Amino acid sequence: MKRRKSPALAVEHRKSPALTIVMGLMLLYTVLPLAWLVISSSKDTSSLFTTFGLGPGHGFRLGDNIRRVLTEQGGIYLRWFGNTVLYAVVGAGGAAALATAGGYALAKYRFRGRTALFAIVLGAISVPTTALAVPTYLLFAKWDIINTPWAVIVPALASPFGLYLMRIYALDAIPDSLLEAARIDGAGEFRVFRTISLRLLAPGFVTVLLFALVATWNNYFLPLIVLSDPHWYPLTVGLAQWNEQATGINGNGASAFYPLVLTGSLLAIIPLIVSFLFLQRFWQSGLAAGSVKQ
Amino acid sequence: MAVSQVRAAHGARPACPAAGPGAPGGRVRRRHGPSRHNRVGYAFFIPFLIVFVVSIVAPLVYAVYLSLFQDRLFGGTVFAGFANYTRALSDHLLVAGLARIALFLVIQVPVMLLLALLVALAIDSGRLKGAKIFRIAVFFPYAVPGVVGAIMWGYLTGGQFGLAGQIGRDLHIHVPDLLSHGWMLATIGNVVTWEFTGYNMLIMYAALRAVPTELYEAAEVDGAGEFRKAWSIKLPALRRALLLTTTFSIIGTFQLFNEPSVMSALAPTVVTTNYTPNLYDFNLAFNGQEYNYAAAVAVVLGLVTVVLAYAVQLWTARKERTG
Repeated sequence: MKRRKSPALAVEHRKSPALTIVMGLMLLYTVLPLAWLVISSSKDTSSLFTTFGLGPGHGFRLGDNIRRVLTEQGGIYLRWFGNTVLYAVVGAGGAAALATAGGYALAKYRFRGRTALFAIVLGAISVPTTALAVPTYLLFAKWDIINTPWAVIVPALASPFGLYLMRIYALDAIPDSLLEAARIDGAGEFRVFRTISLRLLAPGFVTVLLFALVATWNNYFLPLIVLSDPHWYPLTVGLAQWNEQATGINGNGASAFYPLVLTGSLLAIIPLIVSFLFLQRFWQSGLAAGSVKQ
Repeated sequence: MAVSQVRAAHGARPACPAAGPGAPGGRVRRRHGPSRHNRVGYAFFIPFLIVFVVSIVAPLVYAVYLSLFQDRLFGGTVFAGFANYTRALSDHLLVAGLARIALFLVIQVPVMLLLALLVALAIDSGRLKGAKIFRIAVFFPYAVPGVVGAIMWGYLTGGQFGLAGQIGRDLHIHVPDLLSHGWMLATIGNVVTWEFTGYNMLIMYAALRAVPTELYEAAEVDGAGEFRKAWSIKLPALRRALLLTTTFSIIGTFQLFNEPSVMSALAPTVVTTNYTPNLYDFNLAFNGQEYNYAAAVAVVLGLVTVVLAYAVQLWTARKERTG
């Protein structure tokens, strides 16, 4: 897996200014909308309409906007933020934990029906959530968990792709001899898992956790369907609703909502970008396992 | 995801761990009846199995069940066989949405994957200044919720206080209304490209990093240049990653919902209720209360997606066999 360690090769790789410029354009495309969002979050409604998008507005209103976002409708934004954290932490944390235990079981134990179960889970990876959304709503309505946090959390717990990744990871990361040795020493299976396997599986776990975190934090379709009480909305659904209020269905919306939507959007993306930055080392190696290994 | 790829993985490791190097103990124990410790595997697997059954298997089975019934004004819910499916196949609103998605699929997906491929190759080439910054920055949009991405681009390209229009006015260039009928699909394509190029790039980049150094050294000794190396070593190494990203992109395209849904708030007359099949299905169920028909449409959509994803896999598998 390691390469380009040899200094002789490094010398040969002269930097290409042309390539750097072309890639700079790509960088601009990626970052410009985000820069625009940051700048726009510092403007009031009239500045949004009258000043250049990438230039300063009349007065720096970021603090003002943030205060408005946090106090609008009795502070419902904070409630949405809290909901999103709840769904993401319980949903994604649970999904990563279940996928880790399940993937470990498939990789390291021979139990009856193992192959068939794995085949079924794999088939499920390509089932689009679309096909599940409407029946999920109806089923959950029957079980009476519609409009509760469970309706968002339970579906988030199932991550077939996470299981697939963790199985690969466990096959690679945990030598059987280590498990055998622990067993010979008289350690029980759960103790082996807790003290040995879990530690070896950590990078894979963090990868699955991060991607599950993104999936739940950014989820819109499912919560939109299963929640109708704004007090249980996650940020995505709440922001989309504010956006509809700003633009109005017939073009006569409340334009005072524009700064709320923009500043609220900015605040919503910061946590994920920060966690990706801090956990870089983990998810990049974990992704490698998924795209390379057989 | 790559089902055949995974099946291949399975084939490559026919023996499971117990039959591997550390196996003697396990083998002996198995001969004397089912091994005790292997049964513990269930304990580790069952929690996942429960949520899997509750949130994937059960809704899927229920969708198929629902799709076979019809809600009649008189007589209540009655068994209807495949009536909902025949209705779906001749429903021009659904077909129009599918056609739009097909157009999206053949243009946006190749553009996005090609862009991702070029960025991955550029970052991997070692000739880029500040490669690490590019890698992380291009990936950023993936962490932005699709809804926020769509809101942002909607304002950027919209007529209200859109940046596109402002720049056009300042430079005296006519900028078309990017949220109009003719441009909307391209605008949505741009949002999706912006969101997912980095994610796909990262998968490809990870595959490139796994190429052993010796291969490049040998090629350089043979006098191969950068382009030659890219063509003969890197592209073949990317096969699996390309398959993975293509499959994910197909699945994602057929689920397109967030972006058109947000855009419909900005341009309600352009993004109609059947703009994408998923949007149509949503409106059937939650605005029309046609649950049974919506279930049938969902099953049709799921089937089309799975079949396409499989077709890509088979096609690559065959290509691999023939050459």
